[in-house]
Amino acid sequence: MKISLVGNPNSGKTSLFNQLTGLNQKIGNFPGVTVDKKSGKLKRSDNPVEILDLPGIYSLYPKTQDEKVVYDLLRDKQNPDYPDRIVVVVDASNLERNLLLFTQVLDLGVPVTMALNMTDVADKKGLVIDTDKLSEVLGGVDIMPIIARTGKGVNELIDHLVENKPTKTSEPFLGGEFDEGQFLIDDPDTRKERVESRYKKIRQVLSFVVKEKPLPKSMVLRHRKVDRVLTHPIFGYAIFLGVLFLIFQAIYAWSEWPMDLIDSLFISASKWTKETLPEGVLTNLLAEGIIPGLGGVVIFIPQITLLFAFIFVLEETGYMSRVVFILDRFMRPFGLNGRSVVPLISGVACAIPAIMATRTIDNWKERLITIMVTPLMSCSARLPVYTLLIALVVPDTMVAGVFNLKGLVLLGLYLIGLVAALLAALAFKLIVKSKQKSFLVMELPLYKMPRWNNLVVTLWEKVRLFVFDAGKVIFSISIILWVLASYGPGDRIDNAVSQIPEPKTAAEVEEYETEVSSVSLANSYIGILGNSIEPVIKPLGYNWQIGIALITSFAAREVFVGSMATIYSVGEDFDTEQTLLERMRNEKIRGTNEPVYTLATGMSLMIFYAFAMQCMSTLAIVLRETKNWKYPFIQLVYMTALAYVAAFITYQLLS
Amino acid sequence: MTTLDLLQLNKAMTVKSLSKNGVSSKLVDMGLYPGKIVEVVFKAPFGGPIAIDLDGYTLSLRKDEASLVEVE
Repeated sequence: MKISLVGNPNSGKTSLFNQLTGLNQKIGNFPGVTVDKKSGKLKRSDNPVEILDLPGIYSLYPKTQDEKVVYDLLRDKQNPDYPDRIVVVVDASNLERNLLLFTQVLDLGVPVTMALNMTDVADKKGLVIDTDKLSEVLGGVDIMPIIARTGKGVNELIDHLVENKPTKTSEPFLGGEFDEGQFLIDDPDTRKERVESRYKKIRQVLSFVVKEKPLPKSMVLRHRKVDRVLTHPIFGYAIFLGVLFLIFQAIYAWSEWPMDLIDSLFISASKWTKETLPEGVLTNLLAEGIIPGLGGVVIFIPQITLLFAFIFVLEETGYMSRVVFILDRFMRPFGLNGRSVVPLISGVACAIPAIMATRTIDNWKERLITIMVTPLMSCSARLPVYTLLIALVVPDTMVAGVFNLKGLVLLGLYLIGLVAALLAALAFKLIVKSKQKSFLVMELPLYKMPRWNNLVVTLWEKVRLFVFDAGKVIFSISIILWVLASYGPGDRIDNAVSQIPEPKTAAEVEEYETEVSSVSLANSYIGILGNSIEPVIKPLGYNWQIGIALITSFAAREVFVGSMATIYSVGEDFDTEQTLLERMRNEKIRGTNEPVYTLATGMSLMIFYAFAMQCMSTLAIVLRETKNWKYPFIQLVYMTALAYVAAFITYQLLS
Repeated sequence: MTTLDLLQLNKAMTVKSLSKNGVSSKLVDMGLYPGKIVEVVFKAPFGGPIAIDLDGYTLSLRKDEASLVEVE
């Protein structure tokens, strides 16, 4: 049997879904759209009952992508997901608006059950609902009162679903025939009239069914007081900045040690494999390709988990929609939406969870623009690159007596990322065509405590999505890059390595090994590629060594530092940063006595990293979220072009 | 007769009509239709969206959308 869950956003539909299925859920796609399809098996049921959690919608007449998904499914009886029964989750504290969707679903003629949720909130609002009478005026429909947050009434609902009694509904709410093709009407004015006549009838029904006790509004008024503070022209923004500050502090403080732990775990796993397994291609592939490739996926889990935990709390409490409310005004001129703020700001930590967080934007054009520009925000992976290059080329002087020039350059790089993201958004606004009109008609829900049992389900869903969907792409590219960095044409690498004098003493062995890895990399396919792009990157002030590091760090920006260390044959030990700096400082341009790493080259390189799409994980998640190869490709091309031009200008101005 | 975007705070008015526009059918879906009593309860700073009370629930909408709603 197939059951579909339908309901308004904020009606507690997802809570109920989690209560009905537990962790036994799977996520697929609806064909052709970027809306996730969540389904699961009903708990405590002998016969398999499949529950499909449809996106939260307000009406069956489609205006957003989410509504279109539900609309397309429910009017197509041939669809394999077409339900045998529909459970409509109805928010008892907002009965009128929720009954609009309920009566539309009722008129489809499919057996319907009403899960009347949040009866406790309705109680607090002073609403008394006569469910027997409501059932009667709706033609005998089954009404199951529940409180999805606490699980009250859920067992009774499961019993009812398992029992699967035939429906008693006798006639459509709006008269006429069931499924009279009402949803095929495309004229918006006719649709509007139909909705209005539905509301007229719903109001009549409610006047029979709902009694308001005195003092109904006191709770709402308390919430409004909080609203006035959180949307205040000064306090509103100050509180938002404070919340952001706390979140970033927490992300940096709490994600550092698990990331270091994961890093060292995978490094020792690599080492162990190399030492334990017999030498050979397979061992190398495992130790240098597969294990680091997996590590490159797993390393993002702490940041993804933490950021989504915070977003979950912001969403669940209802604070997020207030943030959208006060910031929409500033995002609109750039073709963005109040909801773009969270992804953009999260991009400073990591673009991957940031792009996953764009799902809350229901306008496709605004969501796409947000996805396209978020990677321009300077993420934490750029920091090691900036730190190395700033130490290398920016003089240690003070500006205006108080500001350290190094610090100012770093701040400037963050600001330039933000400005570039906003300008790129503006450009995309003019390029991207959309029939969908931008609007922000949004419910501001009452403030609530988060439902912590939902947190586990949400985080598990996000992590699984990243690891299994984006992980595949990241993993494959890591393997390809490893092959390109480990092999060269013919025996070119072997020939080059045999030129290095063999170590004579034990003390020389280490030096010999770093020399070997440096020469091997320079003669691998990637090395040759890096060499051959030298003419292209020369106008930016780069040499072939930088060329190699640019290509290897396509996987992830922070690889730049490691690659530089390999090329300049300094070990990747913790205390060798100074030696790497020394080596880079002494590097001379071929055939001259001019240093390679001047202020111009260093700045040009930093600008390049600020703008270039040097992160395959981001590309993989963009592919996952847009479900179209076109978008990550466009993103790669435009960001690389922007990086090239900006680095060129920087170098030419400073040199 | 005026439109919703021009309303003062905390002044209850009745919705008279919605102009014909794709977005106004979204407003009707959300329960904002002729005959409804509405009240602007707070506004976002710097000309941002407004928040209105609709039978005890709070709906926010941009001024552009609010200008489609005639009230009296």
